[in-house]
Amino acid sequence: MSAAFVRMEPLPPQPAPFAATGMWGWLSRRLFATPGDIAMTIVGFAAFVLIVLPLFRFLVFDAVWTGKDREACVNAAGACWPFVAAKFNQFVYGFYPYEELWRPNLVFAAGMLLLVPLLIPSAPFKRLNAILFFGVYPIAGFVLLTGGNLDPQRFVLGRFIRISDYVDLDAWRGMRATFWIDFAASALLITLAVAIVARIFGTRISASLKAMAVIFLALAILIAPVDADFGLRWVETREWGGLLVTLVVAISGIVAALPIGILLALGRRSEMRLVRWASIAFIEFWRGVPLITVLFFATYMLPLFLPGGANIERLVRALIGVALFSGAYMAEVVRGGLQAVPRHQYESAAALGLGYWKTMGLIVLPQALTNVIPGIVNNFIGLFKDTTLVQIVAILDLLGQVRAAFSDPNWSSPTTLYTGFAFAGIIYFIFCFAMSRYSLFLERRAGTSALRVEGAMR
Amino acid sequence: MKRSTVLFSLALTFASAGAANAATLDDIKARGSILCGVSGGLAGFAQPDDKGNWTGIDVDFCRALAAAVFNDPTKVKFLPLTAKDRFTALQSREVDLLSRNTTWTSSRDTQLGFNFAGVVYYDAQGFLVRKAAKVSSALELSNTTVCTQSGTTTQLNLADYFRSNNMKYEAVVFNTADEVIKAYESGRCDVFTTDVSQIYAERLKLSKPDDHMILPELISKEPLAPLVRHGDDQWFDIVKWTLFAMLNAEEYDVSQKTLEQRLKSERPDVKRLLGIEGNYGEQLGLTNDWVVRIVRHVGNYGEIFDRNVGEGSRLKIDRGLNKLWNKGGLQYAPPIR
Repeated sequence: MSAAFVRMEPLPPQPAPFAATGMWGWLSRRLFATPGDIAMTIVGFAAFVLIVLPLFRFLVFDAVWTGKDREACVNAAGACWPFVAAKFNQFVYGFYPYEELWRPNLVFAAGMLLLVPLLIPSAPFKRLNAILFFGVYPIAGFVLLTGGNLDPQRFVLGRFIRISDYVDLDAWRGMRATFWIDFAASALLITLAVAIVARIFGTRISASLKAMAVIFLALAILIAPVDADFGLRWVETREWGGLLVTLVVAISGIVAALPIGILLALGRRSEMRLVRWASIAFIEFWRGVPLITVLFFATYMLPLFLPGGANIERLVRALIGVALFSGAYMAEVVRGGLQAVPRHQYESAAALGLGYWKTMGLIVLPQALTNVIPGIVNNFIGLFKDTTLVQIVAILDLLGQVRAAFSDPNWSSPTTLYTGFAFAGIIYFIFCFAMSRYSLFLERRAGTSALRVEGAMR
Repeated sequence: MKRSTVLFSLALTFASAGAANAATLDDIKARGSILCGVSGGLAGFAQPDDKGNWTGIDVDFCRALAAAVFNDPTKVKFLPLTAKDRFTALQSREVDLLSRNTTWTSSRDTQLGFNFAGVVYYDAQGFLVRKAAKVSSALELSNTTVCTQSGTTTQLNLADYFRSNNMKYEAVVFNTADEVIKAYESGRCDVFTTDVSQIYAERLKLSKPDDHMILPELISKEPLAPLVRHGDDQWFDIVKWTLFAMLNAEEYDVSQKTLEQRLKSERPDVKRLLGIEGNYGEQLGLTNDWVVRIVRHVGNYGEIFDRNVGEGSRLKIDRGLNKLWNKGGLQYAPPIR
């Protein structure tokens, strides 16, 4: 019989092996666990040493920060920041008159003030905010940037009758009396004509009248502020440039692209043959031609074909080109989203008795659009960077202004070129990165991200 | 500077069919400003300074026109144009004239439908080499690497020159001028070639400009001239004689400094130039003191040359061919009488 030894308490834990603890352990687990990891680590480290460090040295440590002209930078090994400082106003505003800079500044500031609460889901007054941003802001921005006071002469009736022969009234705040009499009379006549047509075809007259009233009221609200004279000096779009132009082109392109794209996508899936074919033709035409061609055509060829008096400003022509172009691309993204919505969603909506627009607006589009947020934002980011193509038609956007500044002999130095491109790159990165982060946030919120789906399945 | 023009001549064939020939001067007066197409950024010719004001010899020429027409050199709007779109812009009436370092060639003068109004700057293609290479003539450039910009006649002139002198070379071609000078600086090639005025500007981008020299051989003729559309002879005359007036002013020693004193001059040619005798300004459709306006607001040819590309500027280009005819150059203006 032997006394068995029974250990009553557990052994004290041994310290973890040296190779798994502390700094060493972290390194071996995270960086050097497998041959593949080792290779990746070496590549990453080499990239850091070869690219990131020299970049920092160039942009920060070796950079020149003060100076008045090229003498400061000519022997520098790093970026020539005084060049950017000297040209900063041109990079941001182009040739916008110096004493009027408060106007673009106000537009920038108001845009930020309205946009930020719109993007934060918990901020209050969403509806008011949206009306201000999408309705009031574009008009106010237009008036502030250009100076407004467009002074339209004739509406519809005025093209046939010279109203000034009958009335002699002074303009009030730049608003020509003859134009507004013309507007009111034309509105009345057109409404009357619509009522007669409605009567003949048996359409509901009250509904038609209401629709006409809404249309003309909206037109009046749109025209009045751009007609009125606020005492602002007229600044032609050819004097705009730099970041201002980049943002104007990008934002109007982005804002216009989504509605155009949705309508075209719906049109392409429509059961009405004419609508479908027209949409397909439109989309394929714009997707088939390069943006450069569109811009070039809109700027130089169009005026040759239009009658002499029709002179639309260069920037506006480019804006229309960009909007239609990006709208066609957006249409295909939205169509992808529409196709991902299952058939039973349409059928359930029909079973509930919803009409076409209600089905689309309440059931299909919300699902379709959340599905394609990454695609939409992808398009926006692409569009933001494509705006730089307006250089082709002699509109100087941010990059155009930077490149124009390279030729200034006052600032010619070996590093001027790199500094300018680095500055433009940083600005573009800020905007594109912000858009991409916001889209991730939106996805998470809309619940379509992969993580959320996995969580729901568990 | 000298890109292929096939595409644009095609486009212009459409254009010339419909373009009506209204009097440009009337349009300008009604508008209150001259629309001047310039380069988007070429040192010494047209480029915005730190405050966003356009400067350069091409820019000053348009200012002189505005001074002649409006007695106000600020009544001109500058439209920066690329080499690709400049001709279309002029033809489609986006601008009243091009003052955009454009080489006067026969096909542009005839087939494209433009009129060139005299040479503002006699340029030529040249070579930049390192002084350390100990080369003193372009004829010694055999078996070298030459950096140049693509799509310009520079490339063709280069090939012609080397072939006609039985020399071998290797061309390294880039898309933009900035790339070319960077490649030359990094030692990718031994020689940098483009128009001499531009070599002066690009040389400033090198870390040690004085280590490089321009060879004496000039291998092409690049007369840079302002141009207008066919079909408006009065406007063409005004543009042409504005340039001649600036040259004549220099010849008769009428400058911004000496203007007041020269107005009292008894010399008949000076009196005719300054509109004290005769009505030569009115014959042009301007006022008789048009030259006084030009010189007072902008200066004579020598002054704008010096201020923008010559000794008074950073470029410090030698007057060379652009000296007046009586000083050994090519600049010669017909008399005003």
